[in-house]
Amino acid sequence: MLPKDEPRLVRGFALVTALAGLACAFCGTLRFHPGAIATVARTRWIPSLGIEYYLAVDGISLTLLLLTGLAAVAGILFSWNIETRTNEFFAFYLSLIGGVYGVFLSFDVFLLFVFYEIAIIPKYFIIAIWGSTRREYGAMKLALYSFAGSAMVLVGLIAAFVLSGAKSMSLLELAKFPFPHSFQLWAFPLVFVGFGILAGLWPFHTWAPTGHVAAPTAASMLLAGVVMKLGAYGCLRVAMTLFPQGLDPWGWTVLGLGSWRDVLSLLAVIGIVYGATVALVQRDFKFVIGYSSVSHMGFVLLGLMTLNPFGLMGSVLQMFSHGVIAGLLFAVVGRMVYDRTHTRELAQLEGMSLNTALPFAAATFTLASIASMGLPGFSGFVAELQVLVGAWHAYPALSILTGVGVLIGIAYSLRALLKAFFSDQPASDQTVPNSGLQHLELSPISTPERIGATILVLASLLIGLYPRLLLDLIGPSFGSPLFDGLRKCVGSSWS
Amino acid sequence: MNYVELLSAAAPETMVVLAAFAVLAVGLFAMRDVEPAIRRLIEVMIGCVGCTAAIGWMVALPQHTDLLGGIFVVDSVIQVVKIALLTLTILALLISQDSDFTKHVGEYFALILMAAAGMMFLVSSEDILFIFVSLELTSLCLYVLAAFNKGQEQSAEAAIKYFLFGGMSAAFTLFGLSLLYGLAHSTNLAEIAVAVRSAGLDPLVVLGIVMTLVGFGFKVAAAPFHLWAPDVYQGAPLPSAAFIASGSKVAGFFITARVVSTGFAGQLPNQALPAGWPVWASLLAILAAVSMVLGNFAAIVQTRVRRLLAYSAIAHAGYMLLGVIAQGTPATASLVYYVITYALTTLGAFGVVAIVQQQTGDDRLTDFAGLARRSPGLAVCMMVFILSLAGIPPLAGFFGKFYIFSAVLQGSAPGMKALWLVAMAVALSAVSLYYYLQVLKQIFVVPASAEKEIHFRTPLLQQVVLAVVALTVIVLGCAPEWLIHRLTGVTAVAGL
Repeated sequence: MLPKDEPRLVRGFALVTALAGLACAFCGTLRFHPGAIATVARTRWIPSLGIEYYLAVDGISLTLLLLTGLAAVAGILFSWNIETRTNEFFAFYLSLIGGVYGVFLSFDVFLLFVFYEIAIIPKYFIIAIWGSTRREYGAMKLALYSFAGSAMVLVGLIAAFVLSGAKSMSLLELAKFPFPHSFQLWAFPLVFVGFGILAGLWPFHTWAPTGHVAAPTAASMLLAGVVMKLGAYGCLRVAMTLFPQGLDPWGWTVLGLGSWRDVLSLLAVIGIVYGATVALVQRDFKFVIGYSSVSHMGFVLLGLMTLNPFGLMGSVLQMFSHGVIAGLLFAVVGRMVYDRTHTRELAQLEGMSLNTALPFAAATFTLASIASMGLPGFSGFVAELQVLVGAWHAYPALSILTGVGVLIGIAYSLRALLKAFFSDQPASDQTVPNSGLQHLELSPISTPERIGATILVLASLLIGLYPRLLLDLIGPSFGSPLFDGLRKCVGSSWS
Repeated sequence: MNYVELLSAAAPETMVVLAAFAVLAVGLFAMRDVEPAIRRLIEVMIGCVGCTAAIGWMVALPQHTDLLGGIFVVDSVIQVVKIALLTLTILALLISQDSDFTKHVGEYFALILMAAAGMMFLVSSEDILFIFVSLELTSLCLYVLAAFNKGQEQSAEAAIKYFLFGGMSAAFTLFGLSLLYGLAHSTNLAEIAVAVRSAGLDPLVVLGIVMTLVGFGFKVAAAPFHLWAPDVYQGAPLPSAAFIASGSKVAGFFITARVVSTGFAGQLPNQALPAGWPVWASLLAILAAVSMVLGNFAAIVQTRVRRLLAYSAIAHAGYMLLGVIAQGTPATASLVYYVITYALTTLGAFGVVAIVQQQTGDDRLTDFAGLARRSPGLAVCMMVFILSLAGIPPLAGFFGKFYIFSAVLQGSAPGMKALWLVAMAVALSAVSLYYYLQVLKQIFVVPASAEKEIHFRTPLLQQVVLAVVALTVIVLGCAPEWLIHRLTGVTAVAGL
């Protein structure tokens, strides 16, 4: 619709749309009563099958809507320099955002699934057309992993739909339906893992690093910031509310694992430690961040599996926190550094003394690394602490391992920070063939980038200093009737 | 029964046949010296008018008649299917309006209309003899349509293959049907059902059922009887291929479902078979599974779009067979929904291929490179069709899949015996995304090759038709209620 030769108009339009989304989320938050489920829209859609167009929010979805709004605005600010096929870029970008909003808003499982799948295709095109390193491979891998995951989810959902009498797909109705125990035992892992693939559940995380690296900056920000949360949100909202008995013990143990809960917690912790360790040895700057995302998303999944309010709240908070921080990290690496230096090799960046060349980028990245390490004052600290406390109650041994993961996290963040920005070593020509780059004039950080980065830093800082802003929103939501089944299953440990 | 009654019941078919004659006559006498392009246009218009009149007749006068004890049946579900068939015929005529592979345009369009009439007779019969005759009427027209591009060896090869396989499948069908007739002493499906029920697991019944289904398996291109499909899709003139891929699928699946549900469904489950299924269901389950696996995996390695569509059609035949297996109103409604939306989508995809092939000279995947730059409208249409075939919401293909899979599970409740089939179908549709994305990758990601800088011309009529089809696919996906409501209503009334 918009004129082709006017990229500024297109950008402006996209920005206004994203801002409007953020504003809606913000107003919604202000008017929201904690613990309630506020209906946004509810009409009949396919009455023959009991499918409704049912949009509603509770505290959990509001938190994630805020995150989506922030990430969308920041992403547009950081893709201000897209010059080729600008229209199409923002068209795909906005349809991705639309899908994401839809998932977080849906209270009808069918509708949720529809939006979930709508989000897959734009990702493919954004990465394949505007991406960098091995973009077609990364894009295809991402699309196939997501689609395979959603296929697993679909099987579980259709089976649940039919079992419950094929009358309604509303989340509230289905959550009330008592599915047979044996059914829940296989449907739960199917749906959880299906969504978990998108949340970077180890060992199905391999799409994440390649996808993140291949994607253009805005897309990596969205991928790590929001899309991975779609998976975690689906785990919580669909798998855990509909099939809570799937978490029950099997009645026998293999290698000390006696339930899906044990298995998934173990996988989450492996993800935390593995992601961090692999990030420690990466040479490509963006791969460091990519693997760190896997590690941080492990916290989210671990938090979900603790099944106590601490862990669950921490988990949702971690979704928000990681969304903001990962967005920031990718923005610095992809937009501020790579678009200017055209390299992401840490060894090459070492010789460029970027802290003097790009002071703003260095400062932002330092703040983001501190937040990502989980130092107090930033959102990451609160969230990961909550998850750890929750995990300590549920799985003491695993939470110690997680602590190790946090330490490695500090190590890789510091390594990347030092190598990329604060290296004093003059590059020697043998190791770094392209060291001539250091004499290049690097264009200064532009205003949109500054604004975008500031928004994200402030968001993380705000939640870090005053986490109750979100915790008061999230906490009461776990008391809603949606989680009745889960609470009943957990029983006494739900304090 | 008198002739007026017969004529009023068979009026839509009569109109289509008359239109076919009119097209022939116009081509033969009136316009021998007129320029081919104009002749094509006029003859297409005559055909469209005939089909539209038939649709109008059925919409205006809904009928319920059963002539000669099941030989010619008209009820509301049959009328819905006929309307769908006629719509597909109109679309096929419209997209072939611009194709100049033959001088004998009149004969070509007349054959399309004849085939359409054959399909309409096919879907409105409950008598095995009449079913066989209409099947042959349709098939013979389609063989000739496949062979119509005389200038091309491929077309002849495709037609020969189609003809030989088709002839063999007709032999199978006839053999199976004759066994059933011998058993029931009647050609009526309802009476065959009684005989099948009382005969239990008599080997002759089993043989009859298996042979009949094998014959139908050929017609709907279910693996392992699919071998003709890739060559026909590839070699036949494009409009013929499009019509074979859409119209004949609708008719084929509807009549298969009808024969199974009216004729065989009463058969007792065989305890010797796993899951306690009757013979026909077990056989169809195997055909469905093989088709899904083979279609999806073979499509991955294809380098030509038409071949890719052929293998994807085999995979889709597998999904649709699931709908045949699950008996009951929701299953039949979902099958009809699926096959109609699938046919529309495929026809649209062929329409895009037709234009691209005309401009670039071939249908290799690489010929689609950069289509998004050359013709954005066409690229968007193709994206809609391909994503719908892949089953991405909010397009019709997704909803069709959801509907048919849930109906299948519902039909196999309480034990969910068909769960493995559904799980397999969903998993394989995830595989299918890979090859569908290969097409879209060429269109949107890969730039057009520099040596072939062609001035891309899309004929207005085709463009409009494709846009309308794409829009329908979107609307049927976003608001499926309208069609579903009707389908569940009419199938419940028809007792299918």
